[in-house]
Amino acid sequence: MSEEISLLKGNEAIAYAAVNYGVDGYFGYPITPQSEIIETLMAAAPWKTTGMVVLQAESEVAAINMVYGGAACGKYSMTSSSSTGISLKQEGISYLAGAELPCLLVNVQRGGPGLGTIQPSQADYFQTVKGGGHGDYKLITLAPNSVQEMADFVSLGFELAFKYRNPAMILSDGVIGQMMEKVKLPAPQRRRTEQEIREQCPWATLGKTPERKPNIITSLELDPVKMEENNLRIQAKYREIEKNEVRYDEIMCEDADYLLVAFGSTARICLKVIELARKQGYKVGLLRPITLWPFPSDIINKYADQVKGILTVEMNAGQMIEDVRLAVNGKVKVEHYGRLGGMVPTPEATLEALIEKVINS
Amino acid sequence: MLQEIVIAGFGGQGVLSMGKILAYSGIMEDKEVSWFPAYGPEQRGGTANVTVVVSDDPISSPIVDKFDVVIVLNQPSMDKFENRVKPGGSLIFDGYGIHHLPTRKDINVYKVNAMDESVKMNNPKVFNMIILGGLLKISPMVKLENVMEGLKKSLPERHHKLLPANEEAIIRGMEIVEQIQKTE
Repeated sequence: MSEEISLLKGNEAIAYAAVNYGVDGYFGYPITPQSEIIETLMAAAPWKTTGMVVLQAESEVAAINMVYGGAACGKYSMTSSSSTGISLKQEGISYLAGAELPCLLVNVQRGGPGLGTIQPSQADYFQTVKGGGHGDYKLITLAPNSVQEMADFVSLGFELAFKYRNPAMILSDGVIGQMMEKVKLPAPQRRRTEQEIREQCPWATLGKTPERKPNIITSLELDPVKMEENNLRIQAKYREIEKNEVRYDEIMCEDADYLLVAFGSTARICLKVIELARKQGYKVGLLRPITLWPFPSDIINKYADQVKGILTVEMNAGQMIEDVRLAVNGKVKVEHYGRLGGMVPTPEATLEALIEKVINS
Repeated sequence: MLQEIVIAGFGGQGVLSMGKILAYSGIMEDKEVSWFPAYGPEQRGGTANVTVVVSDDPISSPIVDKFDVVIVLNQPSMDKFENRVKPGGSLIFDGYGIHHLPTRKDINVYKVNAMDESVKMNNPKVFNMIILGGLLKISPMVKLENVMEGLKKSLPERHHKLLPANEEAIIRGMEIVEQIQKTE
């Protein structure tokens, strides 16, 4: 066994990956099923090593606004929560998107609506990719399906966020957050120096120097003509992200007659569904969106020409199915199978649903 | 090799840590592992359980419906998981606190009197290691030496003095496990 491989929960992996990546500040408030993120960070005490700030805020609203402050200074700033806590952060998230501030948000989803349950769910898909806060904005959304990806998406999330000056969200769930798997953490790197941040983020409010005008970070613009220009600039950026940053995984799709579309933990369950289905003679493949926004519409549209039917598998009442149907544009039948309120579908029940709703219908 | 296992009992019986040691042992053998707990209020007073998958190949689903091996440490867990053993699979139970034996005839059933044995050994804390010994005897998915390496990894160094007692308990479990039913 190589030394760097550890056995970690998804939540722990995010915490260690953040320290190793050289994150400047984590601001959060505990909530199940993601409390291990702040617990692990507190135990690791990175303020003694890398100088990273770890702070338990007085509330979720305070935490997201601390992220805003850190991000405005070009710092690697992050927060995490679960569903109901993420709802509380929505105003701040809209402000971050409006002010074009890069940061990393983590949602380890639990069942809702309301206070709901602490068990796993994927019912925050709409909230995340359609804009849970107000205004025309988008979050770069990454959906990890393993503990390894929980670790890897910390750096990927920050890279994309800073490349486009836009918040990025890791949309996980209680299964991936609580399960343990083998994981190789990224090599530790030091935090950027003040000078490096000034070079990487010329927009950051780090104190005016004589050779430039003051930097202003705000989402407010009372002149609607200018506000429309701001919106158009942001929309143009979103089109760039849609062009460049779509990520997905294709599993046994080449010869597939039927296609499963699933993300995160349900994509793992679908891997087993493929095994079970192929034993029974059904050629089933899986298209796993890794970025939920930008959504892999083109590849799904391509497979709509090949397969006889598509089933989306989600721990919600049918949310991503809307994006799949838009991508397919009526070419082939798209059905949904899901469990709600914290229940996790089994591979066997998912296969039954595939046969009943798609293959035999 | 793919082994899908669930360990279920009361919170505090060492269910989750036993699963963790098993997962660590798998890593020591370069196997793929996943560990998924039933987390939350279930662990307070009610039943706790953990699904562990050990495999030579990458693990598809950490969520499992039917298991190769079911380990139950109390009656509620027996009631909940007896029908989730794969046909031809194995069910292991601790004799203490079980009032109704399993009724299925298409599974192998084993008893490990771990509670009694841990009292005899004057160390109730090694209860779960005796059970683990029983598991490794009937389904040798990982070698004992790798279990000991896994234990070393999962225990903080200040507890390393407890390693010999744990090894003794695992070996004792291997000795006392008895098959009480063979599949028909």
